[in-house]
Amino acid sequence: MSMTPTPPTDQAVDLPTDLEPTASLAEEAGVGAGSAAQKAYRPVSRGRLVWRRLRRKPNFWIGAVILALIILFALFGDLLNIYELGEQDPYSFNAKPSGQHFFGTDAIGVDLYASMTEALRKSLLIGFLAAPLATVLAAFIGSLAGYLGGFVETATNWVINLLLVLPVFYVLMIISPLLSSMSWVILVVAIGLFGWMIMAQIVKNQTKSLKEREYVKAARYMGVGTLTILRRHIIPNVASLLIIDATLGVASAILAETSLSYFGLGIQAPDVSLGTLLQDGTSAAVSRPWLFLIPAGFLVTLLTAVALIGDGLRDAIDPTSEVNRA
Amino acid sequence: MTSYILRRFVNYAILTALATVFVYIAASTFFYPRRRYLGRNPPIPEDSIDSILTGYGINDKDPVLLRTWWWIERIVTNPLPDKLGHDLGNNAVIAEIFSRAGVSLRLLLVGAIIAAFLGVFFGVWGAVRQYKASDQIVSYTSFILISTPTFVGGVILQILATNFNNATGHQLIRFTGAYTPGITGFWPQLMDKGVHLLLPTIALALFGAAGYSRYQRAVMLDVLGSDFIRTARAKGATRTHALVKHGVRVALIPMSTYFAYNFGTLVSGSAFLEIIFSWAGMGQYGIMAVQQSDVNALAGTVCFTAILLLISSTLSEVLYAALDPRVRV
Amino acid sequence: MPEPLLEVKDLTVSFPNASGDVRAVRGVDYSVAEGEFLGIVGESGSGKSVSSLAVMGLLPSSARITGDITFRGQSLLGMGDKQLSRLRGREMAMIFQDPLSALTPVYTVGQQIEEALTLHNRGISGDLAHKRAVELLKIVGIPAAERRVKAFPHEFSGGMRQRAMIAIAMANDPSLIIADEPTTALDVTIQAQILEVLQKAKEVTGASVVLITHDLGVVAGNVDRVAVMYAGKLVETGPVDEIFSAPRMPYTMGLLRSVPNMLTAGSSRLVPLEGRPPNLAKLPQGCPFAARCPAAQDRCREAEPELLVTDGTGRQVACHRADEIAAGTLRAVDIFPRPPFHEREVLEDRVTEPVVSAKGLVKHFPLYKGAVFRRAVGTVKAVDGVDFEVLPGQTLGLVGESGSGKSTTSLELMELTAPQAGSLHVAGHDVSKLSKADRLAMRKDVQIVFQDPMAAVDPRLPVGDIVAEPLTVHKVPRAERQRKVAEMLELVGLDPEMADRYPHEFSGGQRQRIGIARALITEPKVLVLDEPVSALDVSVQAGVVNLLEDLRDKLGLSYLFVAHDLAIVREIADTIAVMYLGRIVEYGPVAEVYASPRHPYTRALMSAVPVPDPEVERTRRRIILAGDQPSPAEDIAGCNFASRCPLISLLPEGKQQRCRGEDPVPVLHGGSRVACHHVDSISRLDTVDAASQSSVTSA
Repeated sequence: MSMTPTPPTDQAVDLPTDLEPTASLAEEAGVGAGSAAQKAYRPVSRGRLVWRRLRRKPNFWIGAVILALIILFALFGDLLNIYELGEQDPYSFNAKPSGQHFFGTDAIGVDLYASMTEALRKSLLIGFLAAPLATVLAAFIGSLAGYLGGFVETATNWVINLLLVLPVFYVLMIISPLLSSMSWVILVVAIGLFGWMIMAQIVKNQTKSLKEREYVKAARYMGVGTLTILRRHIIPNVASLLIIDATLGVASAILAETSLSYFGLGIQAPDVSLGTLLQDGTSAAVSRPWLFLIPAGFLVTLLTAVALIGDGLRDAIDPTSEVNRA
Repeated sequence: MTSYILRRFVNYAILTALATVFVYIAASTFFYPRRRYLGRNPPIPEDSIDSILTGYGINDKDPVLLRTWWWIERIVTNPLPDKLGHDLGNNAVIAEIFSRAGVSLRLLLVGAIIAAFLGVFFGVWGAVRQYKASDQIVSYTSFILISTPTFVGGVILQILATNFNNATGHQLIRFTGAYTPGITGFWPQLMDKGVHLLLPTIALALFGAAGYSRYQRAVMLDVLGSDFIRTARAKGATRTHALVKHGVRVALIPMSTYFAYNFGTLVSGSAFLEIIFSWAGMGQYGIMAVQQSDVNALAGTVCFTAILLLISSTLSEVLYAALDPRVRV
Repeated sequence: MPEPLLEVKDLTVSFPNASGDVRAVRGVDYSVAEGEFLGIVGESGSGKSVSSLAVMGLLPSSARITGDITFRGQSLLGMGDKQLSRLRGREMAMIFQDPLSALTPVYTVGQQIEEALTLHNRGISGDLAHKRAVELLKIVGIPAAERRVKAFPHEFSGGMRQRAMIAIAMANDPSLIIADEPTTALDVTIQAQILEVLQKAKEVTGASVVLITHDLGVVAGNVDRVAVMYAGKLVETGPVDEIFSAPRMPYTMGLLRSVPNMLTAGSSRLVPLEGRPPNLAKLPQGCPFAARCPAAQDRCREAEPELLVTDGTGRQVACHRADEIAAGTLRAVDIFPRPPFHEREVLEDRVTEPVVSAKGLVKHFPLYKGAVFRRAVGTVKAVDGVDFEVLPGQTLGLVGESGSGKSTTSLELMELTAPQAGSLHVAGHDVSKLSKADRLAMRKDVQIVFQDPMAAVDPRLPVGDIVAEPLTVHKVPRAERQRKVAEMLELVGLDPEMADRYPHEFSGGQRQRIGIARALITEPKVLVLDEPVSALDVSVQAGVVNLLEDLRDKLGLSYLFVAHDLAIVREIADTIAVMYLGRIVEYGPVAEVYASPRHPYTRALMSAVPVPDPEVERTRRRIILAGDQPSPAEDIAGCNFASRCPLISLLPEGKQQRCRGEDPVPVLHGGSRVACHHVDSISRLDTVDAASQSSVTSA
């Protein structure tokens, strides 16, 4: 997923971390209640707290509502339409959007509305499958490399750096013959396989600092096994980072799919996706702009919605991003 | 410090070489250039196809690793014009790179530099004015721009420019190709190239700037809470003075790494733009190479891109060391 | 009465917050006279830092401030940033807690001092500013100031950075210096240096100083007047001697009684101050201290007492019962009675086999550089051959400054693997000969309690699971685990009902108890206590220390107690080992070592510990060590303490040669093993004037 900027990880910037509820979170939760009220008073758990903060983020709500609408449209939009996917209307070629064809038609009378709902389904499906795949890989590889250190970490570093130097887009293009010969599922796997590196690096660095946490050391001195420590102590403590990553990864995956398909290297006809629709629309962009602008509008809106949700999550999970400064 | 940068350079160079070889192997495995010569009428005899493919060094009857070895061998032993072999159009890949690189670099460098300046400026501005209306506008704009891939942004700009031209009745904004053939004279040519550069550069710069500004904003917000800003103010610096002299200066440090990282994104972004705007650049060459299963052309493109990334990474290390005394050891 | 330099009237600061405003400062009045040294004391969250930041105008913009702050008659609160900037740094300067983050990493120390000068004197030439910067660095005692002025903050040690901060504060000869916890992040020997520099800065500039700290010992030795803060309000002010000798607010009393005193520790028990400060967003009605105050009455829970002048000495107290206290009818010893002290019978005969025995223990770390091509560039000798024993039912206190290797030593024990060199026996077994299964079984016997109560327990697990974790390793059935968890929580003074709660619902002291319960659940023989109370507020420390003592005596535990706080070690330990640069320099029975320390480092360390008693502080002789501890990666010929040794310069040349050329081995002197060639000459340290040891060179 070379498309969406994600910060580099090995330098001085502190990324939103998820190690402890910080002072401001604690304050908000009312930690430090007077002992008189202590018995009756129960501070809020961290999950509730994040939700409470998230609720106040307009960005999150704008993104969530837009995304929900797009998903609803993709799933049920064709109920409103009388045209089937790929069906040609011999009476209207190049029709502008109208009551008959909501999004207009192309040169051979294919209804864009019908294609649009199908394309969104395909793109959303790819996004929501590839992103979690990448995140799971990142969590597993990153935490293992960070925890074990030594040779495993060095090897992982090399693999990550190598994959980061590779122009990922070219690599995806190179394996595109594979994609066209097999189903779009391969595309999901390919996008996932090339999208885990940056997050793995973040998880790795987090793990290295978590490993020095006293409760992790304590567990090790008790004789708790490595995998149990990762499962019990490390992964849950980077979980919210992973949630953010998975969210933003949806956008990256959709973008990667769209770009590939745009150049005829991803989803192939007769399948449609946002990328193929955009490709079809480009040549007509000036004369029949709706063929390009409608899929483009959907793509940009969808990606913006996901980015807004990710941003809201980041703000809610990382309290320092919100603190009012000097 | 020199030795530090030298070490980083060697490190990147090894990674670059490995990555390029990896791409060559992948391309040789997945591409099937023989298809190009099959099914012709009249059919080309298999011997001829074999000799053509062998001539290019891409005969699928030879093992992939052997072909890779030959490719490396050619790079090492051949004179410069033949180092990267020939593409399927029988042009020397090196010659193609030389003729195309200028076009690509013009777009990429101008776009990247404008993107960096805009991004840093708006990032700092948004952070300092956090949650004010101006920050919100900058934020939402950058969210939308980040979500607009360059090939979409480029086409939208084309539509706008066409409408603009139609409205004014003149072809004021020409955007097809890197220049208009047939124009003579230094100044007219320069002018013409500038006009052609306009739309793709805007598309690339806005896309890049949006990413930079989000990141710069986050870094700057981190820095705003730092103790040393408070110290500077305790010494008697005004808020603005402390933010600019101490805050921005420190917030630029992580950006230097981000520039290098994001350069890769801009490279692929500009490749898309070359297609959209029909520029005969390296990006177009690469994408065409994939579409035509042209192993040598693709390997050449990847090599070129990897060297660009190598240079940008090294430059960002130099910048990093220049900005942060803590790494100058 | 002359006009005070700074006058704060009815200052309130609150931070808006979704779940109610956090009222960090709630009506504070105080004034600072010209040339005065005021100490503001309070625990974390008492509002002491916020109120001083308000004076400087450095609070975040979200803070809502009311009241009045006047500086030399001009009101500060109405001023804009520009006007305030002209005062800040020139008239009022501030020194912050963490000197690493308080200096801009990308500018040299010199540039940052020069900036302080040029900001207020545009006309000053670069050359002159530079000269003045060098001069200031000399005043604050930076050696080779001409060279160091060009260094970046990361090239300075913590102590040197704090000196540079003081130099910046002094640059424009301000009339007020506010020092906010200036020594909290520093080791005790460096703390002594910095306090001395601060006193010097006060003398040189003639400024008034406001010292904000949580450490009563630091206050006792330095200030003229003390103001005690609690829950955003001043609760008591007065001259330092009177506050310490006759506190009139129960909070001050409790605080003073809970602080261990190095000179008297070990002969009585600490007095715990139960509970914790109230939540500033949800303050209860009445006196905020009422919930923790054993002397609270009904009226205390109804109305908050005002800070009132109680008699002619200028003392102010905020307590409904201040009159009774002043009259002597309500005494501190009755409000906070000292728990009964039982003399421990220390096993004199050494026939008992030690639970832990280390001989020549070594732990070296290779020092790496480079991210991809890692290469070793040196060796950090974290632990460089130490011998110690922990006897059954006893406590070995391991003390030293940061970087001395004391924590590494304790963690080496936890590893239960063969040391790099030397030998380690636990419960009679040589750990290098343990099989994997034996080692796992032995982990039951050796458990650890860590320093940071925030980090020592996983925030994602309920307390019951945290405490039961060690048992999961040993395949203890669930029902049995639950029974043991309840038992352990009870043992450490927590309600077993709380097992299903999460750590964030507990205070620091309670979390530390959770950590102790987890360590005890396997019924260990040895407990490693790695700075178990140093991250806790003083009022909470006492309760945890008392608990640890009780548990040891009740369960017959042996402790390896790692700490930097010499008072606490004297309180709890039977034997003490003083570490310096990976070596144990002095090792012996607590009573003997504290009564007559034989190693010059032990002497210096003990003299640097501030004692919460102004009278004692004034007469104590202080040995201030020069410079910083060398890096443990350095190769040192001879005695590794020689570079900072206060004794060496008092010795004749021939004896000095020996220190520089020959590494001393620990030798038995009396009951202690001491690694010094010149134990016989240690008394020379008593005869020198402390001032001549000063690390501050005159400008």
